[in-house]
Amino acid sequence: MATVALDLEMIDVTKRFGGFVALDGVSLRAPRGSFHALLGENGAGKSTLVKCLVGYQLADSGQVIVDARERDIRTPQQAHAIGIGMVYQHFTLVPCMSVAENLVMARAQVPMIIDWRREREALEDALRGLPFRVPLDVPVANLAAGEKQKVEILKQLYLGRRLLILDEPTSVLTPAEADEVLGYLKGLTRAGALTVLMITHKFREVMAFADAVTVLRRGRVSGTGSIPGLDVADLGALMVGTREGFAGAAEHASPAAPPARLGDRPALEIRALEAEGDNGLPAVRSLSLQVRPGEIVGIAGVSGNGQRELVQTLIGQRQRVSGAIQVGGVAYRATRAQMRALGVSALPEEPLGNACVREMSVAENMALRSFDRPPLAAGGLWLRRREFTRQARQLISDYKVKTRGPEAPIGTLSGGNVQRAVLARELSRKAAVLIVANPVFGLDFAAVAEIHQRLRKARDEGTAVLMVSEDLDELLEVSDRLLVMFNGRIVHETPTALADVGTIGRHMAGHAGMESSPSTQTTASSQ
Amino acid sequence: MQRTAEAVLIPVGALCAALLLFGVFMLLVGKDPLQVYALIYKGGFGSSFAWQSTLARAAPMTLTALCAAIPAQAGLVIIGAEGALLLGGLAAAAVGSSVAGAPLLVQVCMALAAMVVGGAWVMLAGALRHLRGVNETISSLLLNYIAIALFNHLVEGPLRDPASLNKPSTLPIGEVNMLGNFPGLDVHLGLAFGVVFCLLCWVLVRHTSVGFALRIVGGNVRAARLAGLPVGLLLLGACGLGGAAAGLAGMVEVAAVHGAANASLVAGYGYAGVLVSFIARHNPLAVLPVALLLGGIAASGGQLQRHLDLPDASVLVLQGIAFMTILAAESLRGKLRWFTPAEA
Repeated sequence: MATVALDLEMIDVTKRFGGFVALDGVSLRAPRGSFHALLGENGAGKSTLVKCLVGYQLADSGQVIVDARERDIRTPQQAHAIGIGMVYQHFTLVPCMSVAENLVMARAQVPMIIDWRREREALEDALRGLPFRVPLDVPVANLAAGEKQKVEILKQLYLGRRLLILDEPTSVLTPAEADEVLGYLKGLTRAGALTVLMITHKFREVMAFADAVTVLRRGRVSGTGSIPGLDVADLGALMVGTREGFAGAAEHASPAAPPARLGDRPALEIRALEAEGDNGLPAVRSLSLQVRPGEIVGIAGVSGNGQRELVQTLIGQRQRVSGAIQVGGVAYRATRAQMRALGVSALPEEPLGNACVREMSVAENMALRSFDRPPLAAGGLWLRRREFTRQARQLISDYKVKTRGPEAPIGTLSGGNVQRAVLARELSRKAAVLIVANPVFGLDFAAVAEIHQRLRKARDEGTAVLMVSEDLDELLEVSDRLLVMFNGRIVHETPTALADVGTIGRHMAGHAGMESSPSTQTTASSQ
Repeated sequence: MQRTAEAVLIPVGALCAALLLFGVFMLLVGKDPLQVYALIYKGGFGSSFAWQSTLARAAPMTLTALCAAIPAQAGLVIIGAEGALLLGGLAAAAVGSSVAGAPLLVQVCMALAAMVVGGAWVMLAGALRHLRGVNETISSLLLNYIAIALFNHLVEGPLRDPASLNKPSTLPIGEVNMLGNFPGLDVHLGLAFGVVFCLLCWVLVRHTSVGFALRIVGGNVRAARLAGLPVGLLLLGACGLGGAAAGLAGMVEVAAVHGAANASLVAGYGYAGVLVSFIARHNPLAVLPVALLLGGIAASGGQLQRHLDLPDASVLVLQGIAFMTILAAESLRGKLRWFTPAEA
């Protein structure tokens, strides 16, 4: 496989979606045979950038230069022709077909009648030079995740790709499998056969395998550099924002809640909670935390460290494996009766998909918590449509939801208005505990400020708010106390007023324990 | 307003398309489509005799349609009405031939037995879906075959009336226990069961908090969990209610038509009910006119046979075409300009 890696340069790439600037003048350079990492929080623009490169999206402006020639890539086919390929987070192999079949069928031109013996010989030839072997005749379904990901990469190489984009390629792999796959790619880049551009959340992989890194933050390059030159603390700071950025946010921060207002007993108490992810692996491990009435507790963390599973367990969308959840001192099982009696409300991420019925009207969605009670239902049974509409009109005007009317399907509302509608529903009754996840993801500035204001108001009225967010600035601005979640556990806790971004960044990266000198850590957290 | 128009016009348009395609089919076999349409009308709705025959066929279909329509509210696609009808009918026959007492008491016992058995049968599919993640459409279809085998085994074996020689049957429930006709009409009272059941289900779905909860589960199960609704219980309840309706259809067939459970019960009313439910867009109230329409088409099979020398199964071709066009037309929903309100 005597291919020569591509040299990539992207200059001043800008992409807007309506009023939202996803990429704002992003430049990036990955020389021939380099292993380049792309870091950033969710929504920072990493995916948009690589989509522009592979031709799934068109940049509004900017240049893509491959091997010193400017390219106008408009379709994935054009990208493939140049030799640019992409490996996705999830597998794109056909599970019931063998590896050989998968590889042959992936080619751009497959003859009508396949001469399998010749194809096999060609395949063996093509794969001869590769350092790792995969069994060609085994159905893909029988392979382990690491092997599948190897086949995905093999497929790209077999198709003659010389610049490989990897979108969180290790999120489905164990650390050992990840090391093997990435080590192999690293070898190929060393040999000059491949240039790699890898999107990742894992600092460890960046430090171990990448030559250089570009960090995106809110559509801009917040930093770039070679890897031996940057350490984990630098990466964390670049990813979550600089100290100056935090100082700016701190001015908006509401004063920490006076202790007198805090209830003594926690409104929400979680002890040794264990929950599994969709893949059946432990996602939340022995997690304990408390939220007292009148405080907002923020959970920071890089996405994929168990936050989603934690929230789903708390709001009744996931069964826990073990552990105790207490609300107001009562063992909590997320039934409807308990949610009502104990006052548990939730604003999950993606509220349209998680907290609404898309085809139902705004009025019906606003009644999701209360439809089986008077006044909405006479005797708890007979629905009174007029009351539905009345309640909806009230909430629509209180929370300034923009909709054609109470009868419009909620799926026709914009993201911010869906968020307002759900928040209106969840806060329209007295909430003792409010679980919030990424509440302002994808919203514009005004909506963000308003939703944060609502959360603070609920806090001031005595609600215990647990807020999970991937946006550290948001947590620093809104929360009273900050926890950091890594690998399913709470690894750090600090009052927000005393929070140090560098320390938090290190804990988010899971590197706090590996810091060279313990003294830096102490000074950092005592700042 | 526009949404209602869309909900009515799309299936009606699809039915017209089905009639056109059926006309082409009739041309191909050398018959005059217009004459065929006229005969279908005449055989289904052209005389009081035709109406009675139509209503007798519509009665079980209104009930079996609910077996698809109610679970559909909770997002399940159940096609197990045939099995629930058979086993319900068998249970009704077994009870009817063994319980002694006033006819009304016997009939109530028969209806209850049929509903319990039919409901439990379809709940099997619901439980498999909820507990093990088994696709409920496939499992309810396969349960039909199991039900047919079980039915045949019992009718030809343990429950067989020794006096039934050529056509194995259960013991007859007795003339006094039969459901009579509406006064002055040659239409049995089973139709009233269907109409009342449809109305009750419509009230349940549209006007009660239970129906609302079902629709939340059907619309987005994650939102239902967030709202703390007992998802498994609602899914099972919907299956149970639907199965009870289909089981009652079996009881009606036994108590009003056949007098015993035998192979005549395997008449495809369960599958026709699926078709009715889909055309009615799973609206229990719309089930009534649609069942009437399809009952009429089914009733006209004899006319086509007598006058045009067509096999009476020809109308099944029309039914099949109608099902395909309806399903295809569903994909047009929300895509036709006329029905999309101008956004502000």
